[in-house]
Order: sequence, then C-alpha cells, then structure tokens
Amino acid sequence: MSEVSVSTALISPLSQQELDEIDHEISHAPSRPAVAIDALKIVQKYRGWVSDESLAALARHLEMSASELDSVATFYNHIYRKPVGDNIVLLCNSVSCWVMGCGGLQRQIEDVLQVPPGGTTADNQCTFIPVPCLGACDKAPVLMVNETLYENVAPDDLEGLLVDASTKSQEGRDG
Amino acid sequence: MDRPLTRNVRPDRSPTGFDAYEANGGYRGLRQALSQSPADCLQVIKDSNLRGRGGAGFPTGMKWSFVPMDNTSPGHKYLICNADEMEPGTFKDRLLLECDPHQLIEGMIVAAYTIQADIAYIFIRAEYHVAQERLKEAIEACYAKGYLGKDILGSGYNLDIYLHGSAGRYICGEETALINSLEGKRANPRAKPPFPQVSGLWGRPTIVNNVETLCNVHHIIERGADWFKSLGMGEDAGTKMFGVSGRVNNPGCWELPMGTPIREILEVHAGGMQEGYQLKGFLPGGGSTDFLTPEHLDLPMEYGAIGKAGSRMGTGTMIILDDKTCAVAMVKNLIDFFAQESCGFCTPCREGLPWSAQVLGDVLGGRATDADMNTLQRQVKFIGAIGNTHCALAPGAMEPLN
Repeated sequence: MSEVSVSTALISPLSQQELDEIDHEISHAPSRPAVAIDALKIVQKYRGWVSDESLAALARHLEMSASELDSVATFYNHIYRKPVGDNIVLLCNSVSCWVMGCGGLQRQIEDVLQVPPGGTTADNQCTFIPVPCLGACDKAPVLMVNETLYENVAPDDLEGLLVDASTKSQEGRDG
Repeated sequence: MDRPLTRNVRPDRSPTGFDAYEANGGYRGLRQALSQSPADCLQVIKDSNLRGRGGAGFPTGMKWSFVPMDNTSPGHKYLICNADEMEPGTFKDRLLLECDPHQLIEGMIVAAYTIQADIAYIFIRAEYHVAQERLKEAIEACYAKGYLGKDILGSGYNLDIYLHGSAGRYICGEETALINSLEGKRANPRAKPPFPQVSGLWGRPTIVNNVETLCNVHHIIERGADWFKSLGMGEDAGTKMFGVSGRVNNPGCWELPMGTPIREILEVHAGGMQEGYQLKGFLPGGGSTDFLTPEHLDLPMEYGAIGKAGSRMGTGTMIILDDKTCAVAMVKNLIDFFAQESCGFCTPCREGLPWSAQVLGDVLGGRATDADMNTLQRQVKFIGAIGNTHCALAPGAMEPLN
C-alpha cells in the first residue's frame, strides 16, 4: 500500500451537515482559516470530540495545515482532543466557589463518579472537568452539566443532580 | 432613583422581548442617534465621562476618538462587544445579557454608528448558553424589523451583527487576544501600539467595549451627558452594576450610583456577613484587584478613591474574605487560576505565575523560608509592574498577592 492511500484512509470525511454549517461560517469570513474555532466547535457538536482524523479532514477543508489547526484546537479548553463521555460535568473552582465549598464538591464528584479530574466514567456516561469562573458567583458553588447551570449546589443534592442530568440528556438523545 | 440599565430586569430573570423593550422606551436612543451626526454622538459620549465597565475604566469617548473617521483607507470598521466575562468573582454582564439582550444591541448599534463601523461582533463566552439563545433571538427580531442590516430605520446606515461563541480561556477577555481569537487563532495578546482603534480585527479600525459599557451608550445619547453625570454620587458619572459574592446573606448584583459607599453595598444590599462570620477583607473589583480591609468600608466605589487606597475598582463585583477562610489559600486559588490561564507567550507570566503558586504552596505547607518571602516580593515587584509583560494578566495576578 502506498503512503498516500494510507493517509487518505485515516481521514474521516466531514458530513454534509457539518460542511453546510462550516461553509455558512466561511461565507461571512475573509478567509477559510478564519473560521477555525467555529468549525472545530461544529465538528465537536456532532462527534463529541475532535479526533486526529476529524482534525485532518477539517484542516483539508479549511485549506490549512493540520498542525496549525491543532495548535488552535489545543489552546481552547472547550475543544476536546481526547474522547469524552456522553455528559460533561464542569465544576467551577475559582475563588468565590472555592470560598463557598467547591473543594468538598470536587472530592464528592470524584468519589461518586470514580474518576480523577479530566477523567471519564467506565460506562462513558460522564466526563468530569474542573473549570475556572463560570460567572455565577452570587450562586456559588455552581456546576454545569452539558448546557445546564446548577446553582447553590449542596453536598446532599450532588448525587441526585448527576443522575438527573445524565438521565435528562439520555432522554434527549433517545426521544 | 434612575436605574436605566436594569429597568427591564425582572426578579424571575425572564428576558424582555422586542415589543416589551420598545414599549418601555427602547430604541429611542437609536432613533436620536441616527438623527444626528456621528461626530455629535461622539461629543455627547465624551462629555458624559462614561468610562469602560470591563475593569480598566478607560474613558470611552476618548477610546472612540482614536478611530479614523476620514476615508483615506476605505474598508471595514468593526465594533466588538466583549461578552467574555470570566474575571473571578464577576457575574454582572450575565445578568444584563440574559435579562435585557435588546439593551446591548441598541447600545451596539449606536456605538457602531458613532464610529461608522459596518460590522459588529458579540464575542460571548461559550458557557453562557442562555444568553446566546436570547441574543440570537433578539438579533433575528431586529433584522426582521429593519433595526439591523441595510438602511436601518430608513437612515441609510448599514450594520450587521454576528454572535460568536468562544471556545474557552480567560485571556480571550483581553481585547487584542479576543481579536486574535475572532481571527481563528490562538488567543495571544498583541503588542500595542498599534492600538485596535487604528489596527485591530484584520488590521482594520476596531473598537472593543465591555457589555455594561455598551448598555449605557444609547441611554446617554437619548437623555444627554448632563443627565448621565447627575446619576453618579461623586466624581464618576452614571450608575454601575455592583456585586458581592462570598459569605454574605444576600450575594447578588445591583445597579447603584457610581460612588456608592462600600459599606452600603455590603451591609444594605448584600445583607451583611452571614451568622458566625466576620469580614476580614475583600477584593473590591474581581480576582485581579488588591485586598482592602474593614477600615476601607466607608470609601466610595469610585475609580479614584479605590485607586488611592491601593487597589482598583475593576469590575465592581466584590469578593469577600471572611474570618474563617485562609487569606493565603485564597491568594493561592487566584494565582493557580491565573497561572493556568496564562497564554504562555511571555516568560514572566508563563514561568513566574506557576513559580509564585509553588512558593505559596510552600507557605501553606509550612515549608517556606525567609528567602521564599523575598522571592514573592521580587515577583510582585517585577511581574506586577505594568510594562514588563506582554499584557496585563500577570500584573493583575500579582495584585491580590501584593
């Protein structure tokens, strides 16, 4: 097998849906690489994370090198270059949430989910990522599961909240 | 008292739609602006003494006045709303974005008209999903009614607004890093000069302003500079979103006159310290401001007064240090944040902040020596001085440590 056809086989093509959304961004940008971040978010929306193969396909479409696109992707903490679970749990660990007890919540989450920070549960339900200030400091401590913000999170509420949130998103996917 | 910024904010935080916004006096400022020249609008903003509400407090009219208004270099001009609110302890823009998106849009159209920008962006942080939904809806309503797009309200002025969600990172709140991010790049800040007003997005004249700053603009055009100045209690003009977080009875944010005494914000609006906790100190304006103590409680929340006391008013959202919380641990939490959020471009920040964090860790672990304290002092002195780093992140990080 020649090198060229090996590398072609490792590129996972973009779907028509992804292409349409990315091209819409390109239509009001001065160049194709200018939409790198928007495009990475679009690809991640459909695939959950950005694999090397996805990155290569996207770089091709944006007419930029894969390494340059990767340098952009790896700068931003909401672009995942490793696989993640079905639900993303973001716990704020900045100063106001810290004063109000996020340290205890973090230990509790690690215990309940049996994962370290950045880890994904064995059943692939949840990835836990501590994050900086979520901008809801008057309701500290706060956490997000996917797009939903949970405020004034008490230790007693935590386990129920995690179960609730992953059930909700499962229904959203099945429904 | 007059509360222009929060007049449409409801206790249940439900958003104000287009019709309700207009019925309550909305888009009068826009109509006023379009009926006069951009130069006249600029003069009113300059006369009003409006200062940037994102933390730096730079006079807005002066900032705008550096945008070239002749036609020697034809092309796009950009207005960018910095909705990347991520300063620790700061949550005021979220309220304005979620509850009254049209207020921001009206302010943006007036600001864009004043600098004759033809394209505007709202750069909003990824995590503010509710705000993004509501802004998207508001922008669509404006296009449908002819308040955005071509020939706005028959004035001949054209403006497009694009909503751009970020992909994370605190440094995107730095205006030149934000511009780089909009260009699809890593969010490293740029060297200044040139300033964005002259060479910003794609090398074109660009103004970047905070959400709260822009929300004031059309009110000032509608009601005048003198009205705006009359809203402040002291030397600064207008109202301000002030907030409190930490162990107080009623954390939150409120629109109050500039110059409101700190004691009033803490004791009246935030309900004072929780049962069993005493005030040990506070950061008056977010995670990159110096500590103040109970002896400062009678100071007015004003740029000048807080500056003279050795701190900064910053975003105006106070973080409370109670007597059961370790001050050193609080500073360590902050320095860990800043070290993590360093873009990595310049050595003093990339290497200096993790080093400070490590020394603070030694202090907390009881392993620190006198030499370590000297190290911290040197770091504050050299990293903290504006001009030794590529941007203001590291000097800001040094403020609580100082």
